[in-house]
Amino acid sequence: MGKRGFVDKHNASGAEKQQKQVDIIEKLGGYDNLVSQGAEGRVFAVKFCGRDTIVKQRFKKTYRHPTLDTKLTRSRLGMEARSMMRARKLGVATPTLYYVDQQQSAIYMEKVPGKSLKELIREDSMSEKDMEDIGAQVGKAVAKMHDGGLIHGDLTTSNILVRDDDERTVVIIDFGLASNSIIAEDKGVDLYVLERAITVTHSSQALFEHVMTAYRRASSQWSSSFNKFAEVRMRGRKRSMIG
Amino acid sequence: MGFEGSANKVAVGVVSHTGDILSNPRKTYITPPGTGFLPRETAEHHRQVILDIVQQALDEAGIAPSDLDCLCYTKGPGMGAPLVSVAVVVRMLSQIWKKPIVPVNHCVGHIEMGRVVCGAMDPVVLYVSGGNTQVIAYNERRYRIFGETIDIAVGNCLDRFAREIGLSNDPSPGYNIEQLAKKGTKYIDMPYTVKGMDISLSGIETFAKSEARTKIDAGECTAADLCYSLQETIFAMLVEITERTMAHCNANDVLIVGGVGCNVRLQEMMRVMVGERGGKLYATDDRYCIDNGAMIAYAGILAFMEGQTATMAETICTQRYRTDDVLVTWRKDK
Repeated sequence: MGKRGFVDKHNASGAEKQQKQVDIIEKLGGYDNLVSQGAEGRVFAVKFCGRDTIVKQRFKKTYRHPTLDTKLTRSRLGMEARSMMRARKLGVATPTLYYVDQQQSAIYMEKVPGKSLKELIREDSMSEKDMEDIGAQVGKAVAKMHDGGLIHGDLTTSNILVRDDDERTVVIIDFGLASNSIIAEDKGVDLYVLERAITVTHSSQALFEHVMTAYRRASSQWSSSFNKFAEVRMRGRKRSMIG
Repeated sequence: MGFEGSANKVAVGVVSHTGDILSNPRKTYITPPGTGFLPRETAEHHRQVILDIVQQALDEAGIAPSDLDCLCYTKGPGMGAPLVSVAVVVRMLSQIWKKPIVPVNHCVGHIEMGRVVCGAMDPVVLYVSGGNTQVIAYNERRYRIFGETIDIAVGNCLDRFAREIGLSNDPSPGYNIEQLAKKGTKYIDMPYTVKGMDISLSGIETFAKSEARTKIDAGECTAADLCYSLQETIFAMLVEITERTMAHCNANDVLIVGGVGCNVRLQEMMRVMVGERGGKLYATDDRYCIDNGAMIAYAGILAFMEGQTATMAETICTQRYRTDDVLVTWRKDK
């Protein structure tokens, strides 16, 4: 009950409205199985139609203006579902999408067994070969998305999973900030975010180099993306102009 | 004693090694509404008033130059001409008073001052000012930048908008936007650009300025509405990237520093977010948020106690000096 009460506080968009809505997450007992609480929302683990499922619910951000909040939550939910499907069509491994619940701002998807790249780097358990293989897969996946005009928008090591199977397939998750774009600038920024996530947090230069090598091989537009990447990087570094 | 002059403020502060502020006078170069401060004129202003401020700092602290341990100055980042004008004074005083010089990174000055004033141990730092917009967290002897603006700084964006609608620069354009925003009632949808942990502000600046040009005269909205909407949108972006950094670093507390940090609305929004995560917000008022001499003195004395001083030839200034370039030798935690 305690957890439920906490969730209510965030969803308090009018008592009558609440009564009409069916809260599937509650029915499935999701609120008792909180997996994590990120910056954007909460993630629950449930059994959905007999499958292990991850439910990602976006919550109201009470600090921001209600109009802005509704706009952002709605557009990001729709965009996330659409982008995940687009990535799959482009041949990038993502979790399977099961269901989108507009009213509860929740997305239901397959639970991928495995660890995040962040955990793997922290554990320091990857061999030189693992690093090369995983780096190459990440580079290829990003290249496929970019060539297909999809920008992930939040390529951090927590959003890259490695599936627990023989192939150690790299699965890209969290398309919450994804957008459609064929502009090299956006691709450059995407790569820059990835570079910073890998090298700043984990100081793992070698891994990022494998990513870039694979990206170069897999993308037909690598040269324009790389040029913009270098430009964005320079801009980032110069950002300390005035006190 | 610390000397600051990286932008339109020139300030001198006297601080003890425990962070007690003995004096902290400051003067701001204020330009007429609709104009900004240019490097040459700003440096000229600093040159004219700095010696009086030094005397004032000594008088208020009630000490003689011989009581000082070292002279600390802002090495960068900042505008070249104002930085140099202050560094020249420090070199001169160092030779007259026979005191060693300690160069200080301006951003690190803000962070250390905020930490000592608020007593925040290991917070995620949001550094927002006229020239900088960074989300910083300490990791292995460096203040690492997790998110930042990929184009213009928050304060710069607000200042430029203030110039467009002709707001006064006294005491600062940001303060006047904040006051005017309180009268705003209508929320106008504006571009919201968060890219991972970074934000972009040039788009919203152009948008807000063109809205001001077309809609205010047409009576569709007021300048107050635009100030209100601009603040709401930009600050939501800042809170969002700060929250993302907190999630990434598993941190609970936030410290806001820099000139824009004294905006009460930003502090309010941040407090709500931090409260929901069960953490604490540390924020300061205009005495410490805005550029001041005490922050340079305090960051400098921390380095001085680690034996870091500069020879005369090393007392240079640099316009580009990243926060993560500084090896933080005085912090022993990981």
